Amino acid sequence: MSRIIRPYGDTTGDGMVQLSFTLPVPHDKRAEGAALQLAAKMGLDGAMLVHAKPIGDGYTFFVVYGASTHLVNLDEVKVVEKDYPHLSPKEVNDAIREKLGRKLCVVGACIGTDAHTVGIDAILNIKGVAGEKGLEYYRELRVVNLGAQVAVPDLVNRAVDEEADAVLVSQVVTQKDAHLHNTREMAAAFREALPPGKRPLLVVGGPRFDEGAATELGVDRIFTRGTTPSDVASYLVHRLVTMKESV
Amino acid sequence: MTAELPLDPAVVAEARRLAAKAAQPVVDIARSHTTVSVERATLRLAGLTGADPDGIPWVNRLADAVQEQVGIEHGIALPVFHALKDFPDLERLAHAAAAGGVRFALPTGGDKQTARARAQAAVLHGFDRIDQSRSRRDALVAEIGDPPQRPWIYLIVATGDIYEDIPQAQAAAKAGADVIAVIRSTGQSLLDYVPEGATREGFAGTYATGENFRLMRAALDETSREVGRYIRLTNYASGLCMPEIAALAGMHRLDMMLNDSMYGILFRDINPIRTFVDQRFSRQVHARAGIIINTGEDNYLTTADAVDAAHTVTVSQLLNERFAHEAGLPDPLLGLGHAFEINPEVPESFRLELAHALLARQLFPDAPLKWMPPTKHMTGDVFRGNLLDGFFNLAGVMTGQSILLVGMMTEAVVTPWLSDRDIALQNVRYVLSACAGLAEDFYPPKDGFIANRANQVLGEAVDLLGRIVDDGLLNAIADGTFGIMKRPADGGRGLDGVAKRAEDYWNPAAAILDGDHA
Repeated sequence: MSRIIRPYGDTTGDGMVQLSFTLPVPHDKRAEGAALQLAAKMGLDGAMLVHAKPIGDGYTFFVVYGASTHLVNLDEVKVVEKDYPHLSPKEVNDAIREKLGRKLCVVGACIGTDAHTVGIDAILNIKGVAGEKGLEYYRELRVVNLGAQVAVPDLVNRAVDEEADAVLVSQVVTQKDAHLHNTREMAAAFREALPPGKRPLLVVGGPRFDEGAATELGVDRIFTRGTTPSDVASYLVHRLVTMKESV
Repeated sequence: MTAELPLDPAVVAEARRLAAKAAQPVVDIARSHTTVSVERATLRLAGLTGADPDGIPWVNRLADAVQEQVGIEHGIALPVFHALKDFPDLERLAHAAAAGGVRFALPTGGDKQTARARAQAAVLHGFDRIDQSRSRRDALVAEIGDPPQRPWIYLIVATGDIYEDIPQAQAAAKAGADVIAVIRSTGQSLLDYVPEGATREGFAGTYATGENFRLMRAALDETSREVGRYIRLTNYASGLCMPEIAALAGMHRLDMMLNDSMYGILFRDINPIRTFVDQRFSRQVHARAGIIINTGEDNYLTTADAVDAAHTVTVSQLLNERFAHEAGLPDPLLGLGHAFEINPEVPESFRLELAHALLARQLFPDAPLKWMPPTKHMTGDVFRGNLLDGFFNLAGVMTGQSILLVGMMTEAVVTPWLSDRDIALQNVRYVLSACAGLAEDFYPPKDGFIANRANQVLGEAVDLLGRIVDDGLLNAIADGTFGIMKRPADGGRGLDGVAKRAEDYWNPAAAILDGDHA
C-alpha cells in the first residue's frame, strides 16, 4: 500500500473532497465566483459549485466538490500512539488489588465556569458511555466526582484531603480557549501545592484538546473525543500500578 | 387531534394523587422559609436597580447589610422601609448601607405601620409593571397574531454579546423561528447576583440582565410586526437568582422562562431547600406575569438512559405540574419538557419515542409541551445528525407537541453556525409541511407496541411516585432517583442564603402573590 495518499471519491487517486461554507455576501454571480476562487485557494482543482442558497440578509451558503491537490505522506503523520495495554474492568480491578493492595482514588471535576459535566460523567458515573460502565463501577477504584464549576483551589484541597492518586478534569466549554487557561491554572496550582512525588496524576479530557499538548499544558495525559472509561482506567493502572512497580 | 392511548383514568388519577402527596412536604418547606434571592427580588419589585462600581447590584448590597444586622428571617422589607425614612430613595439608602452608615432594626408600633404601607406601595408599583407587561403582550398578540402552526418553532441564539444576539435573533425570526431563547452565559446559575446593564461578553451564552431583556424584547417587537406574528422571547429563571430573574422577566415582558423544580439541585448542585423556596416564588411571579414556564425533564435523559429512565421523566412532569398548580400557574402556562434521546442503535427506538411522546401529550392535554431534540447521541456525524433531527421533527408532528426546540446537526460540535440553523429550519419546514395533518391518520392499535409501552411507563411512574411518597422527595433526590445525581438536603450551594421564616415574617411581594390565588 502506498504511503502517499490523497482523498478518495470513487476512483483511487481522484482526490475528491466535499466542502460547505457560508460567505457574507448576497447570492449572485459574483458570490458564486468568490466561492470557486476560495475553493481554488484551498487547493481544490476543478472545483464544482453544486449548491448555492441565500440565507438571511446578505449571506450565501455553498456546497463545493473538487479534487484536492495536496498529498499526505503517512510516514510523516505524528500521533500520540497508545502506549499502554487495554484492560477489561476485571483486569483493572485485579491489577490494583494484587499490586497496589488498596483502592486507587480518583477525584474528578469540571473546573472553572464549565457546567458541562457530560464528559466527566460519561467517564465516572456508573452509567458510563458507549455501552461501558463508568469508573464508579470498578470495585477497586474510589471515585469522588465533584461535579460542575469547581474552583481550582477547591479541587486541589479536595484532592489533598482524599489523598487522590489521580485527578480527572473535563473541559467542554472552549470559548476564548477557556479549556486551555483552566488546565494550565489547575496544573500550576497542583505544582504549587504539592512536591513532585506527592502530586496526583493529572488527566484532562475534552473534545477540543490536542492530545499532543500534555507537556505544554503541564498535565500527564490528555484524552479527546471517543475516550471510554476503560481507556482511562487502563491508563491509570499503567501509570500508577504497572510503571510504579517496575521502578 | 392526536392519537388516543388506552390509559386507565384510575391510574392517571392515582399518579396525580401521589404527586400531590409527594410535593406537599416540599411546599410546606417552601412556605415556611425565605432566601436572600426572594428578599432581593422584593427589592427589585420595589424599583431598586443599578450596581456598585464593582458590578455588585445595589439589591445585594442592601440585602447583605440587613442580613448582617437583623437577619432575613423577618423579611427585609420592614427594616429597609423603616430606614428609608431618612433617605430620598432606595438607591441612596443602599449606597449608605454599603458604606456601613445605616443601622437597621425591626420597627414596632406606628413605625411598623408606616414602613409596611411604604413597602407595600413600592412593591405594588413593581406588580403594576408586571401587569402592564402582560396586558401589552395580550394586545400585541391580538394585533399581530400567533404563529399560524403548531408546534411553535423554538430557536436558540448565544453569542455572549447582546448586540450580536439581536441581529441573529431577528434573522432567526425571519427564517421561521416563533420563539427565541437567549442562552445564558455558562456559570450564571451559580452567581449569587444578577449582573447589571447591557453585556457584551459571556461564555457560551449571554448574561441574563434586566437591560439585556429590555433590548431584546424591543428588537423582537419590531421584528414581530415585520413578520406578522408575535415572536416570543425566552430566558432562564434558574440558578441562585431564580426569583430575581423571574421578577425582571415579568417587568420586561419575557414570554417564556426555563424554570424547573429540580434542575438546579440535580445539575448545578444548588441546595434543595434554596431551590424549592426560590422555585415557588419565581413560579408565582410567572403566574402573575402570564409567562409560560419550560421545565427541564430533557436533562434527565442526557445523564440517565432514555428507555430505562423514561418513567422518571413522567414522574418529574407530574411533580412539576403539581408545584406549578400550587404556585398558581394554569395548564396553558405549563411548558412541561421531554426529549427525543433514545439511543438510535436501540431497535424500534422511534416507536418507543412515539410512545413516550404520546404519553406526555395525553397526560397533559392542555399544557404547551416542549419537545427537545437529540443531543446525547449526536456524534459529530452531521449527516446522520440531520437524519435523526428529521425523525425528531416527525415524532413531534405525529404526537402533537406544542413547542419544538430546533435540533442542530452540529450539536456537540460547534455553537450553531448561520448555515446550521438554516439547514435545521429547512428540515423542520419540510417535515411540518410534508406531514401536516398526519396526526389525524395516526391510530396506534389499542393493544399494540406503542400503547403497551406507554402504559408500562405510566405504571413504572406510579410505582416510583409511591416510593417517593414513602421515602420523601428530599430523600429521593439525595438517593439519586433523578438523573442519577445524589443531592442531600443539607448540601449544595446557596444554603447560607436560606432562613426559616420567623413568626413575624412579612414580605409584601409574597403576601400579594399568596393572596393572588388563595
